[in-house]
Amino acid sequence: MPPFFFWFFALMTLGFGAGVIINRSPIASALSLVLSFIGLSALFLSLNAYFISVIQILVYAGAVMVLFLFIIMLLDLRAEERRKINVVAFAGGAAVSLALFVQIYRIIGALAAARQTFPPLQSGNTDDVRRVGLLLFGNYNLPFQIVGVLVLVATIGVIVLSKRELR
Amino acid sequence: MVTLGDYLLVSGLLFTIGFAGVMLRRNIIIIFMSLELMLNAANLSLVAFSRFRVQPDGLPNYHAQVFVFFIITVAAAEVAVGLAIIVALYRARRTTNVEDIATLKF
Repeated sequence: MPPFFFWFFALMTLGFGAGVIINRSPIASALSLVLSFIGLSALFLSLNAYFISVIQILVYAGAVMVLFLFIIMLLDLRAEERRKINVVAFAGGAAVSLALFVQIYRIIGALAAARQTFPPLQSGNTDDVRRVGLLLFGNYNLPFQIVGVLVLVATIGVIVLSKRELR
Repeated sequence: MVTLGDYLLVSGLLFTIGFAGVMLRRNIIIIFMSLELMLNAANLSLVAFSRFRVQPDGLPNYHAQVFVFFIITVAAAEVAVGLAIIVALYRARRTTNVEDIATLKF
């Protein structure tokens, strides 16, 4: 992928990601999150991870965001009224976030591999769904089944939580 | 050319944005969306390393992509349970602002 497209989609991901936490209206935040995930999916595509890229769109931009929008509309949330911002808490949170980023940046700077470009792949390699599937059902069969149980437990948990009378 | 470090930098920035959202915002739904941003930042790092560590047969390291698949599955289950908890909380307290939910605060 040419560098222009990388920076375009990286800026899209980060810009709309920042939009999620800047917007006051929850609906605008949710829609920013969708666009951020679409940019991220394009970045996965640029890394030759076609399967992950499609799954990203299907699961996040499709299922998860519909769930978020559904809950926002169900609860009928409006844009937050301006509350008095606790200046000390805000400055503290911003300082901790900045410190986290400085640390991540320094770790990337200290990593020698971070300055290398990506090695070339075998040409015409687009069957990554098959290869991921073989690993998933062969090498990682037990974790895969455990994830199935986890999803079942989550489904039952959501049904129990959604009942009006919790006993 | 785009290097591995560029992808890691984007991933780190995305994680920081999510972290800042958790630290600075008071609306519980926005906090939950920021959690999703952080999970996705981790996924981006994993996929970048998967593409960087090319195997001797000229293919990316697919083990990392299987890991990303598991993370996406768990994140989807987590969203469902988390939003159910938020709805139950809203029914009980009529609020989504974390400053109004301070029963456990020291």
